[in-house]
Amino acid sequence: MGVKLLLAKAHIEGIRSYDVYRREGGYQAVEKALKTMSPDAVVEEVKKSGLRGRGGAGFPTGMKWSFIAKPEGVPRHLVCNADESEPGTFKDRYLMEHIPHLLIEGLIVSSFALGSNNTYIYIRGEYAWIVDILEKAIEEAKQNGWLGNNILGTGFDCNIYVQRGAGAYICGEETALLESLEGKRGNPRIKPPFPAIKGVWDRPTVVNNVETLAAVVPIINLGGEEYAKIGVGRSTGTKLISACGNINKPGVYEIDMTISVEEFIYSEEYCGGIKNGKRLKACIPGGSSVPILPANLLLKTAKGETRYMNYESLSDGGFATGSMMGSGGFIVFDEDQCVVRHTYTLARFYRHESCGQCSPCREGTGWMEKILLRLENGHGKMSDIDLLWDIQSKIEGNTICPLGDAAAWPVAAAIRHFRDEFEWHVLHPNEAQVRNFGLAHYADPLQVPAGA
Amino acid sequence: MAEETLFKVTIDNITVEVPAGTTILQAARKIGGEVTPPAMCYYSKLQGSGGKCRTCLVEVSKGSEKDPRPMPKLVASCRTTVMDGMEVKNVTSPRVQEARAGVVEFLLINHPLDCPICDQAGECHLQDLSYEHGKEGSRYEFQKRTFKKVDLGEYIQLHMTRCILCYRCVFAADQISPKREHGVLDRGDHAQIATFIQKNLHNEFIGNVIDVCPVGALTDKTFRFKNRVWFTKPVNAHRHCDKCCGEVQLWLRGDEVFRVTARKDEWGEVKEASNGKTGWICNDCRFEKKNLADWVIEGPTNVNRHSVIAQNKYVGLVKPTETFPAIMKGRNPKLLMDIHSVSEVNKPNIHLSQLERPAHSTDFNQ
Amino acid sequence: MAKFSEQQMKEFQRLVNRYPEGKQKSALLPVLHLAQESFGGWLSTETMDYVADLLQLEPIEVYEVATFYSMFNTQPVGKYMFEVCQTGPCMLNGSDEIISYIKEKLGIKAGETTPDGMFTLKTVECLGACGYAPMMQLGNNYREHLTKEKVDAIIEECRNNAARNN
Repeated sequence: MGVKLLLAKAHIEGIRSYDVYRREGGYQAVEKALKTMSPDAVVEEVKKSGLRGRGGAGFPTGMKWSFIAKPEGVPRHLVCNADESEPGTFKDRYLMEHIPHLLIEGLIVSSFALGSNNTYIYIRGEYAWIVDILEKAIEEAKQNGWLGNNILGTGFDCNIYVQRGAGAYICGEETALLESLEGKRGNPRIKPPFPAIKGVWDRPTVVNNVETLAAVVPIINLGGEEYAKIGVGRSTGTKLISACGNINKPGVYEIDMTISVEEFIYSEEYCGGIKNGKRLKACIPGGSSVPILPANLLLKTAKGETRYMNYESLSDGGFATGSMMGSGGFIVFDEDQCVVRHTYTLARFYRHESCGQCSPCREGTGWMEKILLRLENGHGKMSDIDLLWDIQSKIEGNTICPLGDAAAWPVAAAIRHFRDEFEWHVLHPNEAQVRNFGLAHYADPLQVPAGA
Repeated sequence: MAEETLFKVTIDNITVEVPAGTTILQAARKIGGEVTPPAMCYYSKLQGSGGKCRTCLVEVSKGSEKDPRPMPKLVASCRTTVMDGMEVKNVTSPRVQEARAGVVEFLLINHPLDCPICDQAGECHLQDLSYEHGKEGSRYEFQKRTFKKVDLGEYIQLHMTRCILCYRCVFAADQISPKREHGVLDRGDHAQIATFIQKNLHNEFIGNVIDVCPVGALTDKTFRFKNRVWFTKPVNAHRHCDKCCGEVQLWLRGDEVFRVTARKDEWGEVKEASNGKTGWICNDCRFEKKNLADWVIEGPTNVNRHSVIAQNKYVGLVKPTETFPAIMKGRNPKLLMDIHSVSEVNKPNIHLSQLERPAHSTDFNQ
Repeated sequence: MAKFSEQQMKEFQRLVNRYPEGKQKSALLPVLHLAQESFGGWLSTETMDYVADLLQLEPIEVYEVATFYSMFNTQPVGKYMFEVCQTGPCMLNGSDEIISYIKEKLGIKAGETTPDGMFTLKTVECLGACGYAPMMQLGNNYREHLTKEKVDAIIEECRNNAARNN
């Protein structure tokens, strides 16, 4: 059993309610932080912990916090990004649904550190029932003196509000989220200025993911240094992985980032192996935006080393032979899945979710979707594959926000590793309508060049 | 007054000094010429504009004197401010040229390319952009996105199909007209400029959205299909107006005022008025004053000689007839065939350039 | 024209009070949710104009926002809306078959409403239930691990509910 920090108590009956949560040691982090620490000391602990943003980008949280501007007389805000929308990711939902007070506790401590008296949780609109869960938890915390004015007699005031989105993946991008929080269309802002200088209502703002803010609780309880001892290298602490696709036990797992990808997929403790006794074909290890890897590159790196479930190991080999930890949305494909069709659904997703502000993303995502549909339906041409490659390369890096990259990477990776499956769709259009390309050679051991 | 801090910035190996806070694009405009990146959505007079079309992307090969690291991604020059010692590559960067060609292709895949029937043709920034930065042909093989034409009242025609979603008209309505009644609806590749409910735009300054539109999406209904811009002659004129500066450009053919627009600078933006105030004009001046008698003519507008509009400047010009003998040391070229003796068209006695209108078949039957 | 009831007005005030003074536009999304729930599951032009008026906004600002977000319906929808996810992870678990089955069962295409105004089928993109695929959203809740049998049961349940409420 690996270390569990966030979900250790998630299965205790009634943990959703304040009384049980408190009885199990909840809100100790708030007591410790507010009574014995200064806001800067909290930031310092988070820096020491090595915590990295759990939303996908993996930016060091302590450093992000230290960037917040503190102009005299201007309120600052903490905004919790609960707009979880990356295909393959449902960990924040699980956390908020099962142990909402952990998030509220993390929010109070983080608000204290950042000096936010009014903190907002921006939650995706579809999670309507979770809004009720969170509002109930907030109400309970307020009644027990953890929120409101003069918390624990320290003079610190804090209120938390839940704001519901209304169906837009793009609002997971922090500046789009702030626009949406201001009641506007979710068009990402052009940076700079960054939110730490000019965020919501032009005030200094920090936006963090649900899991990141929940992780602040164990960091305060354990101390940053102790927290940093869990995990490996720059992948400290624990990470929630949303496992889905063709596995026996889909669900949310907390890992301490020392286990191998193979163990994660095949052990009973986690995914429990591939469904229906089939073989593993491919996997997207960090949410739909990160590169897909064929089985042979997923379990071992190009150098033939075991691949582990952490930031460094998953990205070993760069985009050529590696992928990313991303948001931890772990999508597993069995041998009967079609990579072309899957890539098409992702292209459709990104076309649907593009805000339409900048031209490469607005026009390019739709174009890629059309070509992929044509390939999938057996009307594609060989040149379509190169065209797709060229379109994605012209979107990547040239857009206002990372949605362009997120739309380009899955297409690029699918072509990079599964080009023969795309070519097969072109060469055997009729056959491709009745059967899938299958496992082919994607699980064959790779030859490791000497001296690698 | 404290002395202004000046930053040195080098764009395509040309160094210029600009005040701190200047954008790369504005610095490049100071240099001028090819060094200036094209801008389809940025409009210096509209706050918040820019950053969207991605045509002005440039490579920052040196961040600043203090931090010389290059920027990893291409940046939108219209929204990136210069740092002291910054080095920028525009035309000297193959990466930029490639990305820009990509953007042009993206902008054109759903554009109808109906220039032959578009009133904007001849002064269309998208035409210029694709001519200068695009590639031949498109690789897009699908049906183009189309929208229904939207009627915005008696003055303004909206052809959403031509729109490139620069948002300029939205900013313009927000910032220079008393009330914004149109905006961007829907999202992604279905996003469109519209009023949602069929609505006429008729507030006093709304006509300026026509001037800020870089393409033929918003056009002047009073000018619709009346003429091609290159057949009309632009002259500067003014009148006394209570609502606006009254300084305009008249687009004439003979004595007829075909169109009235605000005056524009070399970047296609509305110029400041002579009194230093904004050059936006009111609907009255734009749409209602179509008599020459309404205006005091100042003289011909300077038109860039590469513009198609400039062709009218050649009316009445005397051709240097002695060129050939001069360069051929007194000899004349030996003609194998005199085209005029065999062709019915292009007779030397007919001066097409002196016609006040497009040439017609009857002109050749004299 | 429909207006918020006293209780809905209270909720409206609660939403607006969360934001700094003069920033009442921030309440637009929650208020549009409230309006959609209160006025028949969709936002008519009148409803949006009403919201604009309440929040002191230009109507176009409300139209812009309402059309941006996929959860706001600017056209009438059926009493029960099946929003079935079709993105990658659900596709891997057979969402295509579920969608075809619902189409066949209700006799409508995606985006259509049954003639009796009871059901609307909408295909949507990832709703964050990838581990419980295939799934759909029905009202404020998710229906997960869908099978053909479950779809039958859900349709039955909706019909029964509708009959009971009439």
